[in-house]
Amino acid sequence: MRQFKNMAYPYMIWISVMIVVPMLMIIMYAFTKHGNDVATFWFTFENFSYFFSDIIFINVLKQSLYIAVVTTLICIVLGYPAAYIMANSKEKNKVLLMLLITFPTWINMLVRTYAWMGILQDNGILHNILTSLGLEIKLLHTDFAVILGMVYNFIPFMILQIYTSLTKMDKSLLEAASDLGADKVQCFLRVTFPLSLPGVISGITLVFLPAMSSFFIPKLLGGGQYVLIGNVIESQFLTAGNWNFGSAISLIMAVIIMISMYITKKIESKNGIEKGRTAN
Amino acid sequence: MKPSKKIGSKIYMILLMIFFYLPILYTIIFSFNSSRSLTRFGGFSLRWYEKMFHDATMMESIFYTIAIAILATVISTFIGTITAIGLSKTNRILKAIAEQVNDLPIMNPEIVTGIGLLMFFSALGVRKGFLTLLLAHIMFCTPYVILSIAPKLRSLDPNLADAALDLGATPWQALTKVIVPQIMPGILSGALIAFTMSFDDFIISYFVTGNGVNNISILVYTMSKRINPSINALSTLIIVIITVVLLLVNIIPIIKQKKERKQHEA
Repeated sequence: MRQFKNMAYPYMIWISVMIVVPMLMIIMYAFTKHGNDVATFWFTFENFSYFFSDIIFINVLKQSLYIAVVTTLICIVLGYPAAYIMANSKEKNKVLLMLLITFPTWINMLVRTYAWMGILQDNGILHNILTSLGLEIKLLHTDFAVILGMVYNFIPFMILQIYTSLTKMDKSLLEAASDLGADKVQCFLRVTFPLSLPGVISGITLVFLPAMSSFFIPKLLGGGQYVLIGNVIESQFLTAGNWNFGSAISLIMAVIIMISMYITKKIESKNGIEKGRTAN
Repeated sequence: MKPSKKIGSKIYMILLMIFFYLPILYTIIFSFNSSRSLTRFGGFSLRWYEKMFHDATMMESIFYTIAIAILATVISTFIGTITAIGLSKTNRILKAIAEQVNDLPIMNPEIVTGIGLLMFFSALGVRKGFLTLLLAHIMFCTPYVILSIAPKLRSLDPNLADAALDLGATPWQALTKVIVPQIMPGILSGALIAFTMSFDDFIISYFVTGNGVNNISILVYTMSKRINPSINALSTLIIVIITVVLLLVNIIPIIKQKKERKQHEA
């Protein structure tokens, strides 16, 4: 059996070249000065200080965080009931609902986001319905459109994560709780919800991360003037050609995402400890 | 209280499904629109399909998307299978390191992976295009293949391959006749994930490609700046392809099972 272990080595070389080296290059470029020449390596914090000294970039960062947080919250609020209903439906309906929720995710995100452009446009379906109700509001190229596009694309991940943690739950715990006199609301708040928290947390990871770094959703639904952090990175690499600055921004973004994940995990484990205490 | 609650959850799920399927229905309906408008349906026509099939860049992008998806699926499934088997036999530390690195492209924002590869390829002086696109797709597909095979290997009896070797099988035979058939479901689901990941990818492809080699997603992105209803025709084509692939993948095992059952009965 030992002879098989050599089969993993080619891939290890491959990942160190294709995954690790590009990551190191981002870090190297972020801390060096302009010029795409590797030989003239010049350590500097200039790219970072340039970012943080410009109010425009700070505002873009704030806006990106705002959109990502709002998207994540909406995904939890709308996704939780859906997962709960799914987990409590009949076996046959479970399969059907699972299929219906996952099917759109198999279709190209860009194609589905492009469709929203037509729906949200002035005189589009949604706009017309709202106008006939007496609400004449601009939909496309607003915060609303961007958040809607993100919620649309990412909510299935949230639903599936919460659903999985709800179905894994031991149902006899609920019986025990109600035997001990808990009503339905108490059962939910003190048993079901805490036990589904791991699902919510991994759902947050799956929603917040792409929401924070997305650049085609803001471009398509927010319009050409709408800029989030992902759009800044895109333009630094593909139009401005300043790779050092672009690398620094993506590093800043990655750090913010990591900090957010860390805080989320901390909140979860803190909750766990408190629960343990009240249980004692 | 109970029936009203049930009706409430039904309505909620229906609204959610409308939200999920509205853009898909919209795309399909407006791909048959006879007018140029993206908001008013002027009557049934196939003009946008005609336009799409006569548009060289659109047809090229379809070709590239399918070619890359098939190549990336075959190669990443092969590499992923071999690596997963190898990793299941290596020592714990090496395995842990490999798994961590393997998770990087999954955990990283795609845009970061994309720009990393962009800089990497240009540092090597590789011409951006088909090759860089294919290499990138193999890179981000393989981790998913490994992830879907690894649990199958964990539940596999380690003595099975040893038994085959003791009975005189060559390592190659033990591999192809004993291990691979056992983990086949994992390999197939890994291949399906790889195919759809590659077929749908936009962000990484967008950064690593160049010289006119575009996939469908990139084309939709660059064309979306102007009104162009043939995008809806192209989108509908994608929806049909993915639906057919999913149907085939889900139906073929059922048919196979039925056939096997019939053979058993006979």
